[in-house]
Amino acid sequence: MSIYTLGIDIGSTASKCIILKDGKDIVAKSLVDVGAGTTGPSRAISDVLENAHMKKEEMAYTLATGYGRNSLEGIADKQMSELSCHAMGAYFLWPNVHTVIDIGGQDAKVIHIENGTMTNFQMNDKCAAGTGRFLDVMARVLEVKVSDLDKLGAQSKKRVPISSTCTVFAESEVISQLSKGTNKIDIIAGIHRSVASRVIGLANRVGVVPDVVMTGGVAQNTGVVNALQEGLGVEIKTSPLAQYNGALGAALYAYRKATK
Amino acid sequence: MAKVVSPGVQALRDVVEKVYRELREAKEAGEPVGWSSSKFPCELAESFGLHVGYPENQAAGIAANRDGEVMCQAAEDLGYDNDICGYARISLAYAAGYRGANKMDKDGNYVINPNSGKQMKDADGKKVFDENGKPVMDPKTMKPYATTDNIYEIAALPDGEEKTRRQNALHKYRQMTMPMPDFVLCCNNICNCMTKWYEDIARRHNIPLIMIDVPYNEFDHVNEANVKYIRSQLDTAIRQMEEISGKKFDEDKFEQCCQNANRTAKAWLKVCDYLQYKPSPFNGFDLFNHMADVVTARGRVEAAEAFELLASELEQHVKEGTTTAPFKEQHRIMFEGIPCWPKLPALFKPLKANGLNITGVVYAPAFGFVYDNLDGLVKAYCKAPNSVSIEQGVAWREGLIRDNKVDGVLVHFNRSCKPWSGYMPEMQRRFTKDLGIPTAGFDGDQADPRNFNAAQYETRVQGLVEAMEANDAKKGN
Ligand code: SF4
Repeated sequence: MSIYTLGIDIGSTASKCIILKDGKDIVAKSLVDVGAGTTGPSRAISDVLENAHMKKEEMAYTLATGYGRNSLEGIADKQMSELSCHAMGAYFLWPNVHTVIDIGGQDAKVIHIENGTMTNFQMNDKCAAGTGRFLDVMARVLEVKVSDLDKLGAQSKKRVPISSTCTVFAESEVISQLSKGTNKIDIIAGIHRSVASRVIGLANRVGVVPDVVMTGGVAQNTGVVNALQEGLGVEIKTSPLAQYNGALGAALYAYRKATK
Repeated sequence: MAKVVSPGVQALRDVVEKVYRELREAKEAGEPVGWSSSKFPCELAESFGLHVGYPENQAAGIAANRDGEVMCQAAEDLGYDNDICGYARISLAYAAGYRGANKMDKDGNYVINPNSGKQMKDADGKKVFDENGKPVMDPKTMKPYATTDNIYEIAALPDGEEKTRRQNALHKYRQMTMPMPDFVLCCNNICNCMTKWYEDIARRHNIPLIMIDVPYNEFDHVNEANVKYIRSQLDTAIRQMEEISGKKFDEDKFEQCCQNANRTAKAWLKVCDYLQYKPSPFNGFDLFNHMADVVTARGRVEAAEAFELLASELEQHVKEGTTTAPFKEQHRIMFEGIPCWPKLPALFKPLKANGLNITGVVYAPAFGFVYDNLDGLVKAYCKAPNSVSIEQGVAWREGLIRDNKVDGVLVHFNRSCKPWSGYMPEMQRRFTKDLGIPTAGFDGDQADPRNFNAAQYETRVQGLVEAMEANDAKKGN
């Protein structure tokens, strides 16, 4: 009989779930655009079960991760940090991975991996620069959608530096560029490089060993990914499952638990 | 309810209580009293029989009593920058006359809504008191909401109802009733923030400042030029203390104080060394509390005796294979930096949940000043954590990690203490490279609770645990 496990990743800005069959096939996934402290987690859970046409009772083991993991007591059998889950998820998708860069809604982390397990990591400090929140703030100032930043930035022809390391300072830097008449598109590319440069600092503290994989919502922004590749001088792999990576890792750990 | 503690721990608590009590009594008796930085050679003032208080220890206590935020805010309102060390901000506000106080409305009732500044009312518009008619507490801290008041302002009021009410509202625990200084003793082996902090107090109160300048040491030894430079400053300090105390320097007494300080230091180091046992007979977190003795009472024989008593208790635990740690030790970590005093429960929670025993604390042995003559004293005081080179700092810690069998390092990036936090990323890199152990850093503050977030901290601790487990699995444990 097959073993089904559920991985739940409650981030600060999104809730994600994955149901895995026998620790290798993804049966269903779900994503709700709000995270910890909202209805997001319960909606994501019912969505994923519905997509799989299954009931919660059919899950052999449920593991929760992410910033809101501890709010799922009673629902999940165990909680683990998103660090290990991201390591595990990335290892499943890319068995040669040694470095994971994960940029989420309110934190950025770089994880070193040996044989699928995390052996070292660095996370951002309290500052929001270099996280998804930074991009949200900038998109608002520029009056564009966060999801459009990617393709707009790709059209940039001119290098505009956004050098402030603080989100609020960078916001005023962007405003002054706008009032100088600088093209929005070039500013956006500058913002992508600015996020990348913060994360490069973290990455160098851990040490960058290929394969390098990027996960988390921001991995969908090729502008940031390219800026990271340029800055680190290595190829960075991403996947359409990037945003589900934490949930995937959680489902994989759940499988380990279920079969132990 | 206060927990029952062992006779050794009780003796240590009594010593600190006595230091503060004697300080208050000396002030009341009209003797000159001082404030001193924690790594000023305490042997000097002690030999003159001068009583001193320690603002760093005081600020830690104020923060642990949850008045850190209001005191920091009071300092900021005076114009001190929010970036200044939290201990300094608390102390500067205190020096300017600010004290933690229960928050009241203008009728003298305790305010319980901190936002509106008014008392909370029930549905019938009645003020909310508990069944005994006592003011309602802050649900988080179970204390009346705190604010600050100023003792000079209160003193200037005419006698009457308002004056009494405001006086009664002041917090009266020992750190909040430390007497104002008549002189200050500053040794900048701690950090340079200290220099300006003490200059400020000396100027505000127009009192003598005795300053010992200790140069940053980039070598693994202290060179003779520095020893000479610092010894000549000690000579000046002695002359200044003669003036302040009106007494002549007594070499025999000084000698005795040095002996006491050495005895305390040795007993303290012995206590710290019990963390080398696996499992450890106590939780290293306790050392943060016992530090109060080593800071405020190094030169006293009672402190030495109390530490010796504690050491003998620990010896007994080792023999019997028991521990005073409140949980089973699963991993052994080094805690780097000063704890977040206002957030001790939040700090402790994930450590307890994951069985993380602290068996390495650099902060602790950093106070074990052992020497055998005056030059030795000078050299010992040159070796404070922030005044030695990074290589020396790494060597100390890596020794501790090996001896105390540490599996991972938790680093407090302390927004108050820039010197200490600034060199940590490089040290973290070295620990992993040299010893193959994982490290994790979190943001926080030793005194200002506004710089700490429990959820972020928990994720980092959990990450560290998972990395240590992976390390164990690799080693086949
Ligand atoms: S050493 Fe750090 S914590 Fe101590 S006074 Fe200096 S800045 Fe503050």
